[in-house]
Amino acid sequence: MTELIDHDYFAGDGDDLHVVGTSVTRADALGHVTGRTQFFEDLLLADCLHLKMHRSERHHALLKRVDVSGALEVPGVVRVLTHEDVPENWYTVLRLIGVEPNDQPVLPEDRVLWRGEPIVAVVAETEASALEGAARVEVEYEDLPAVLTMEEALTEDAPIIKPHGANCFIYEGHPCRRIRFGNVEHAFAQADHVFEWRYESEPIEHAPVETTGCIVVPQPNGRLKIHSNTQAAFFTLDNTALIIGGPFNRLQLVGGTVGGGFGGKVDVIVEPIACLAALATNRPVEYVYSRLEEMQVSSTRSAEIFVVKDGVMADGRIVARKVTCYMEAGAYTGHTTYGVTKCAAHMPGPYSIPNVWVDAYCVYTNRTPTGPMRGFGVTNADFALETQMDRIARALEMDPLELRLKNAYRDGDLKAHRKVAEGAALVEVIQRAAELTGHELAEEYERMSSLTHAGVGV
Amino acid sequence: MSVLHGRGYAAVNYPTGMNLGGDPSQALIHATTTGTFVIALSSTDLGQGLKTVIPQIAAETLGLPVEYILLDTADTDTGPHCMGTFASRATHRVGNAVIMAAREARQAMLEVAALELGAEPEELATDGSGFVFVEDDPERRIFIVDLALAAHFKHGRTLSGRGIFLKEHHDPVPETGEMDPDSCQAHACTVADVEVDDETGEVTVLKLFNVYELGRVINPALVRQQIEGGAYMGMAHALYETTEPYYPKRDHLPSNFGEYVLPGPAEAPEMESVVIERPSSTGPYGAKGIGEMTANSPIAAIGNAIYDACGVRLTTRPFTPERVLRGLDALKS
Amino acid sequence: MPSRVIELVVNGRHRELLVRPGMSLLGALRDGLGLTGAKRGCADGSCGACTVMLDGKPVLSCLVAVETVDGAAVRTVEGMAPDGPLTELQQAFVDGFATQCGFCTPGILMAAEALLAENPEPTREEVVRAISGSVCRCTGYTAIVDAILAGAEARRGVTV
Repeated sequence: MTELIDHDYFAGDGDDLHVVGTSVTRADALGHVTGRTQFFEDLLLADCLHLKMHRSERHHALLKRVDVSGALEVPGVVRVLTHEDVPENWYTVLRLIGVEPNDQPVLPEDRVLWRGEPIVAVVAETEASALEGAARVEVEYEDLPAVLTMEEALTEDAPIIKPHGANCFIYEGHPCRRIRFGNVEHAFAQADHVFEWRYESEPIEHAPVETTGCIVVPQPNGRLKIHSNTQAAFFTLDNTALIIGGPFNRLQLVGGTVGGGFGGKVDVIVEPIACLAALATNRPVEYVYSRLEEMQVSSTRSAEIFVVKDGVMADGRIVARKVTCYMEAGAYTGHTTYGVTKCAAHMPGPYSIPNVWVDAYCVYTNRTPTGPMRGFGVTNADFALETQMDRIARALEMDPLELRLKNAYRDGDLKAHRKVAEGAALVEVIQRAAELTGHELAEEYERMSSLTHAGVGV
Repeated sequence: MSVLHGRGYAAVNYPTGMNLGGDPSQALIHATTTGTFVIALSSTDLGQGLKTVIPQIAAETLGLPVEYILLDTADTDTGPHCMGTFASRATHRVGNAVIMAAREARQAMLEVAALELGAEPEELATDGSGFVFVEDDPERRIFIVDLALAAHFKHGRTLSGRGIFLKEHHDPVPETGEMDPDSCQAHACTVADVEVDDETGEVTVLKLFNVYELGRVINPALVRQQIEGGAYMGMAHALYETTEPYYPKRDHLPSNFGEYVLPGPAEAPEMESVVIERPSSTGPYGAKGIGEMTANSPIAAIGNAIYDACGVRLTTRPFTPERVLRGLDALKS
Repeated sequence: MPSRVIELVVNGRHRELLVRPGMSLLGALRDGLGLTGAKRGCADGSCGACTVMLDGKPVLSCLVAVETVDGAAVRTVEGMAPDGPLTELQQAFVDGFATQCGFCTPGILMAAEALLAENPEPTREEVVRAISGSVCRCTGYTAIVDAILAGAEARRGVTV
């Protein structure tokens, strides 16, 4: 294995470390190669019930009638849960840190907002009978107009699908998260070139090999022990406690061994209803997503649209960047308001641009609620920003790495969100990449450093 | 009817920690009479290697071999609060909490050793071997197992510690977006070499060069796993992944791995990876988070390489063969 | 329909188990015998995490109706190193950092074992083909392919 760490950069205090910095064998490797690592579903219980969901077949509809009698007739079905069985029927994943709104029910009362939304939980002795029971639930819908794209959702006469009266989240009275830094219009007027381009990303599935799930086991002392593959134990515990009511310390969550998460297992979506089923039956209950559910029902990385407008001087300095971006929340807010804010904070990318304007929208559509995924708020943004940089370089016939070096942020620069940069190293990773690939840089770019402004055009 | 080669670049940074802060993690450490220090957490390992790097960090702080560290996670009854593993926060926040706890435990350890060795705690040192010894007279030493037994049975001392790391939450200013989003930023530059088949539109990623700056590498092999596993995911995002395979039709959703297109081992590109270190002032031993960012720069690098190869500028991801072919057609007309 | 008793030779041991109609080999191994190494990732044959060896051939155990293989010999990951040191293949995965979350590992090890049983000196392409039915979302596969090649070399007694 070739040496990974290049010690020539940022020659530091030469720390005398004895185990940090060494490739210690993975603590879990032995368990993995012997098949002994315990994932949540490797807990074998003789008496376990299985929970399966009846899900909406419509994108957007009122629920005129929900008839569970068919499910109850299936041999092996022991219990059916509807919204009436959920004490606090709001699933607001970021509520604990004060983020609103309460817009997502655990089980819907009167309407569904996306195809796949869970409506009725069927609990049975076997998976097969639970699935049979779920299939026998009958729902009568009254279709409502649905919006299935962000563009549709934001047109003037779009049907409004959220109770607060808009198809986007309102950030303190404003329809988007804003960054206002300097004066972009003034800078555009002064710039030698103005470039404006648009980028789009389709949704992505986390697709971990282990699907989302949990097993809830009633304990002898009346508590519930949740075996879960959540990425966030207390997050899940606290949110579940809010939903099911009762003291928080009634719940214990064990886990910590996850078969791939990538952000898709912070949704707290299976534990609350499984706990309610366990309480209702006083038996262990497993609720695990099938691969179909993991693909179509579990949250995705949102579809995103970026419009990036840059004012650029002839020598390559970017003097203004205006970003209008849209992240699709889908039918419910979930984590998306957080993701939009993080996206705005990431702008304008790792460059010092003196004038920055960002309008970042959280947009609702009648589609699968989206969630965090590896690089939340940033991955699609970087696709847009770094494609933009390439296009600017081409337009100016400038070396693509030199363009980036010229604009790279340094220590002490004020970022668009007004935090002073420190620990910068964009210059150095670019220089090292140039060296690695035999890409020659002009001398002034070779001499650049994140620690100083030497070589940055005035 | 040709295979065209191209190279593309992308340079990015990525924040460590939950955006805007307010995401604490705690750790508890105690030594048993086996001389082993047990770290109690409620943190999760998604495969990124928390269960390996956290003991490394604890071992470093305690000055003991990593074989004398055990990690107990996750159980909310016994492990103190952790916000979770996401937002590239775990190594940073949990690592810092563990350092704090380990420092307290180390101090207790040195105080007991001092009693046993007839010295002052300040005169003692560790070297990762499991011995605590008098720095100026290394023959005067005690092994951690004996030290733990002495602490427990002779001196009535606990060898334990508590730690927490919290970056306080601050809301953004609505009108300007002024905010404090992160604890530090990691950096990356990806160079992608691709081949475009101008008859089929298929793009093959031949090689990815991954250069990263991560503050401090706690475990090089695990960092390489993140860089290369993430680069592969970035390639998958760039060329294959979508839940809308019949875009602009949005109602055909994939139901399994057969319909959700992912590259397999035959598509794995060659990779060359280098990490440089600029220790962060806020990270454990200077480490910055890396778990998420590794899928990011490969995407634009690949898109830019496609442009370099054949002149097609793709602005909608994924860069499917169909889109490449449409782009080539547009160039011809 | 009632359950019935079938027999399997699992990792060299004769086992009797009670199976429900339609039960998969995967379900029988996990729920019936407590052998949870084989994983359920999709239940439709598209992920490979359930791969075991059936009469010497690698199969997707989620797609095998266990009643139809009454009397067969099954090898699972638990049978690779039942009570002793790791096989060369397993050791190569450990030393080569070829696991991350570990969920796909048992299935891939089984697919690799099946390959090496037939072809002790595979080429890189042959290894790639052998594991192409297994999804790994974490590693990007290269470390896995390298580990299988290294394990094969070690098994042949060649020093790497």
